[in-house]
Amino acid sequence: MIYAELVMIVLGISLVLYMILGGADFGAGIIEIFTGDKGNSTISKAMAPVWEANHMWLIIAIVILFNGFPKAYVILSTNLHIPVLIFLIAIVLRGAAFTFRHYDAYHDDSQVIYSKIFRYSSLVAVFFLGITISAFFGGTIPSTSSANFTDLYISPWFNLFSLSVGVFLVILAAYIAAIFLLGELETDGGYHLLSKFCKRLFLLSVIFGTAIFISSYLEGLSFHTTFISHRLSILTGVLATILIPIVFKMIRQKRIWNLRIIVGLQITLIMTGWFIIQWPNLVVFSDGSFLSIYDAASPRITMKVLFIALAIGVVIIFPSLYYLFKLFKSDSNLNVN
Amino acid sequence: MEELLAARLQMAISLGWHIIFACIGMAMPFFMAFAEWKWMKTKDQVFLDLAKSWSKGVAIFFAVGAVSGTLLSFELGLLWPKFMEHAGPIFGMPFSMEGTAFFVEAIALGVFLYGWDRIAPIAHWISGLIVGISGVMSGIFVVAANAWMNSPAGFDFVNGEYINIDPIAAMFNEAWFTQALHMTFAAFASTGFAVAGVHAIMLLRGHKIKFHKEALKIALIFSLIAAFAMPITGDLAAKDVAKRQPAKLAAMEAHYHTTKNAPLIIGGIPDDVNQKVDYAIEIPGGLSFLAHGDFNAEVIGLDQFSEEERPPVAVVHFAFQIMVGLGTIMMLISILYFYMMWRKWDLINNKWWLRILAIATPIGFIALEAGWTVTEVGRQPWIIYGVMKTKDALTPMPGIQYSLFTIVTVYLMLTLTVVWLMFRQIKSIHQKYNEE
Repeated sequence: MIYAELVMIVLGISLVLYMILGGADFGAGIIEIFTGDKGNSTISKAMAPVWEANHMWLIIAIVILFNGFPKAYVILSTNLHIPVLIFLIAIVLRGAAFTFRHYDAYHDDSQVIYSKIFRYSSLVAVFFLGITISAFFGGTIPSTSSANFTDLYISPWFNLFSLSVGVFLVILAAYIAAIFLLGELETDGGYHLLSKFCKRLFLLSVIFGTAIFISSYLEGLSFHTTFISHRLSILTGVLATILIPIVFKMIRQKRIWNLRIIVGLQITLIMTGWFIIQWPNLVVFSDGSFLSIYDAASPRITMKVLFIALAIGVVIIFPSLYYLFKLFKSDSNLNVN
Repeated sequence: MEELLAARLQMAISLGWHIIFACIGMAMPFFMAFAEWKWMKTKDQVFLDLAKSWSKGVAIFFAVGAVSGTLLSFELGLLWPKFMEHAGPIFGMPFSMEGTAFFVEAIALGVFLYGWDRIAPIAHWISGLIVGISGVMSGIFVVAANAWMNSPAGFDFVNGEYINIDPIAAMFNEAWFTQALHMTFAAFASTGFAVAGVHAIMLLRGHKIKFHKEALKIALIFSLIAAFAMPITGDLAAKDVAKRQPAKLAAMEAHYHTTKNAPLIIGGIPDDVNQKVDYAIEIPGGLSFLAHGDFNAEVIGLDQFSEEERPPVAVVHFAFQIMVGLGTIMMLISILYFYMMWRKWDLINNKWWLRILAIATPIGFIALEAGWTVTEVGRQPWIIYGVMKTKDALTPMPGIQYSLFTIVTVYLMLTLTVVWLMFRQIKSIHQKYNEE
């Protein structure tokens, strides 16, 4: 079933790209909660040309999921109905508010409302994205459909473990955005402020990264033991941590593009660590059973056609995306130096 | 509220809402690219202003359309998980291609909106064109997936199992072409009439600036040609429905009894209990001719279907009458325009002509919504025609009414805001031109 694996890899790549690019966009909203209107214009300017494209990765991922692995899509949309719906409404509100803020013909008091909605719904969106994702590997979803409402639709995502993954993702998104925005600032004062902010986020990410393991233990879940039993996922965790001092150094040296690449690598490592634990399972159930990619996969012919369609898509999308980023992001370094 | 009703309402509202933004996203990029092209040729500042202010409209509508479309791609599963479990592998292919088209559209729009001073004019213009082309492609792919629900293909349904799946045959099902063709023209007709109407209102209100006059002309070119194509493509679609979904056609026409030489029923109130239509105008043999091209052809009536397999007749019949009625009005406006152009009338300064266009502002979108009501409600009680019933696809999660209320509230708020933003865009244009 080589196509199922290939399609799954494309899904994984889409998720990593969504986490990095979409995460930077969500994170920008979260950072604005702290910087207020000071950061507003930088963020609008930096995000406006690319934010729509950054969110397309979610569409690609979800389409792959329902076309290629419909059983997993069904679990996502039934057991996790509530957090998914909250995530989506937040996405609608923040996207609309961001656009309204940018395109309103008059910049008056209504800007305050747009900004508020954009900021807080960005936070809510990432938080619930984290909560939703956590349920896939946390082992919190019941494998049966004959249980009461709470067991089926609430406890899979409303638990300490999911909440700490949600918070961790919020911090991660803010961190990605902070690093990205470092290259978009026009003053040194702002740079200094934002780099201090980055360092605080490091501390928080370590704290809440640990909290994920502790909450897994407290909730009696299997995540912490599974993680330890996978050497490769430990390696990715260690590597992501080792990169932290390098990031510090590069922030000092203002090497924006290297910084962005390293942080992209860190996120990729964290996500890869997660994928290694999961593989080849899509969902880990509360009774310890699994839904593997082979169980969930569509018939071979669908996977084959889907893979070809995705391959064509990649050939079209990546060069276009490269062009877009080159057009709008290649002069970032100039702003700082 | 009943769970099934709540879920169907939520789906209907989400789709009906998204369709408006999607259609504007399909048609309007062509308007702005056309304006930019005129600017490149004439170097007249008015066309540049027009391209820029239309592109702001496109940006707002695209963004709201994109996020509501994201919501929809999840709602399919949130509301109809059993449908997606079985249909996903079969009809997913157009969606995966739509993903690519949509992605390209987002990238090209970014280039268009922010690349004015960064790339050569011709490259900039091409990016605008790509926005439109990929927008239309996205629309066609999504409609192809919808057509599959009306005309399931690419699998065998044996003992409750979906076997011998062929995603390509599923995509190119019998209904995809007529539905996609009709829909694409509908996008241009509805957006064109709305845009032309807004600019006509502005001219009537005394803002007699060249900006509105040129805008009106461009929007009319697209909308009037599309309005002309609507009845023709609609006829193709209806003939296809007659062949594949006789219950839907019968409901559209409130045609209760199977007969030869079936009359075309215009208007009237369907009476399900007595199986007749009151107060209708009947054209003898009309339905037989329209459905099968022969006045004596037999047209299957609702009597061939058990109560459980009939769509709600009144809703489908009324929606169909509204669509056809408004479509006819749009075509008449189109004929009037071409006649008056031929007679060399000064239309742009003619108050009556502007009044007609002003009144016609919403009719394209009303017809569009009515048309979708015919397609979707006319397919009931099926979610996959003849294979799976809508009620069997419903999510097991109770309390859908709460998500329905939430969605309605959010969409209502966003609608009001978008309308308000459009007023502000227009106001800013007037201020700009008054200052000069």
